[in-house]
Formats: sequence, C-alpha cells, structure tokens
Amino acid sequence: MKPLNHDLMTPTPVDETDRALITATQAGLPLVSDPYGAVAAELDLAREDVLARLRRMQAQGIVRRIGVIPQHYALGYRANGMSVWDVPDEHAVELGRQVGALDFVSHCYRRPRHLPVWRYNLFAMVHGRSRAEVERQVAQIAALLGEDCRAHEVLYSKRILKKTGLRIGAG
Amino acid sequence: MNGAPSLDEVDRTIINGLQGGFPVCERPYAAAAERLGLTEDVLLSRLQSLIERGLLSRFGPLYNAENLGGAVTLAALAAPRERYEEIAAEVNAFPEVAHNYEREHALNMWFVVAVEQPERRRQVLAEIERRTGCKVYDMPKLDEFFIGLRLEV
Repeated sequence: MKPLNHDLMTPTPVDETDRALITATQAGLPLVSDPYGAVAAELDLAREDVLARLRRMQAQGIVRRIGVIPQHYALGYRANGMSVWDVPDEHAVELGRQVGALDFVSHCYRRPRHLPVWRYNLFAMVHGRSRAEVERQVAQIAALLGEDCRAHEVLYSKRILKKTGLRIGAG
Repeated sequence: MNGAPSLDEVDRTIINGLQGGFPVCERPYAAAAERLGLTEDVLLSRLQSLIERGLLSRFGPLYNAENLGGAVTLAALAAPRERYEEIAAEVNAFPEVAHNYEREHALNMWFVVAVEQPERRRQVLAEIERRTGCKVYDMPKLDEFFIGLRLEV
C-alpha cells in the first residue's frame, strides 16, 4: 500500500538522459534477449547506465512497475465501472486505503467535489467480466464503508473515445 | 459481445505472473521465464503474440507521469446528446487528452489530461470549455491509494 500525499507528489527531477530513456521505453521494451542493452545502443549509452537509471527511477516511484500492460476489455473484462462515493472528508484517507486494498479495485483516488453537481470524493475503479460481477464488487465496497457511505453511483464506460496512454513529449 | 478470448495456460501464467517485478538485468526475459517455469524463447514469442492479438497494450515499464514534474487530471463534462460526436472530436483533438471515455451519467464524457508543464493544465481545460461550450469539471487526484494491478485471467 503506497498512499501518496501532497508532500510526496512534488516532482522528482530527472535529467535529459532519463527523459530520453523514458521516451525510448514508454511504448514498450524490445522483445529481445537483452532489451536494456538494445535500448542502451539506441541511445548511445552503456547498458550498465540504463540499468542503474531504471533502478533509481524504480526506487523514486517514477517507474511504477515493469511487466505486462493488459487490455482489460480485450481480456474479457467488459464491465469497467468507475464507482464513486461520498464519504466524510475526515475519513476519506483511511477509507481510501481500505478500498484500495481490495483485490478487484485497480485504482482508488480521493478527488475534489463540485457541489451541487458532483458530491463524490472517493473514486474506485472496478473491473469485472459482467455488470453483475461489478455490482457484487460495489456491494462489497458499500459494506466496507458502512455508515460512512452517504451516497454512491457506478459510472459504466459505454465507449472508449480515445486511448493513447500517457506519453511524455506529447504536448 | 463474445466472451473471454482464447488464452491457454502459458498465456495465463504470463499475464497473471508478470504484472510487475520484471527484472532489471542483462537477460531479464530469461530470468523472468525461469521464475514462471518457461523458456526465454517461449516467453518472448508469447509476449509478441499477446501484443499482436491486442490482449496486452504493451510490455515494459509503467511510468508515473506526475513524478516527472508534469500534471495529470481527470475531467468531466456533460455533452448534449445531439452534439456528442462533435464534442468528442473536439476533446480528442487535444494531444494532451490521453484517454477519453463515454460514461452513463449526466456527466457523460470523462477524459484524462496529461501535460508536461503543470500550468498548462488549466489552459487546456479552459480551451476545451471554450471550444465545446461545455463546463469542464476538473477532478485532480488529491490522494492515491495504489497497490498495483492484480488482474486474474
């Protein structure tokens, strides 16, 4: 569990070589035996330099994880629900930690309300193979929140209008 | 909608077992394959195939854009039904818009804006408001409770 707070969200400086390394790898690693060596060759760096930079960026939290980046929808997770919750502000951080620790929650955030249009301050993304599965998961979150849940909704995605992923150098 | 895609045991082992922890070393695929009980060649060819079949969007590092000094926010607007497609096109035309989803709610368009210069965030949102004529609700994250992905296929 890694709750981030404002203090921890201050930017971490990266140098030009780090940025070049990020740009070269953010669309994926080469599928060859020595992928870091291949990236190093492309950037005119030593492999050891690339390895050291990646390890440092892992320790700094700039690299979240290295592995498969799945397409939930293509993998059969057709019901993607953004569950949103109105919980007391003074409990929101503790409740967010508990909701974020549930297996089926992929992301959990505290966000600002926009009263009167938008009353919800806790967001939890749940992925299920069907709406029925998502509804069961949402019921589990509601049970966990108990009386702290003053209202909630699930916003299902109807259509992906754009998905390019986060890219540096995009604008 | 057809159901789950055809995945065999090897595909499942890779997707379930390699959602993080890929090593940073000279022969990482060989090391990861050994941990999964596979060979390097099989792991490489399966990853290639999973990407080509669209089941993985990619294989590699997931970066945390905010830690790079940029800014990311989630924003929403209520697009009138009769102008929905036109507004979606306006929003998507911004290179700073990384994702955009149609959702079932009065706020029916939800998009992620990622900028390298934090001060650009408000400019981009204001520009989207101006071009679409819709009020944009800015919902940056205040706290994040993140464990990591534990998708089970």
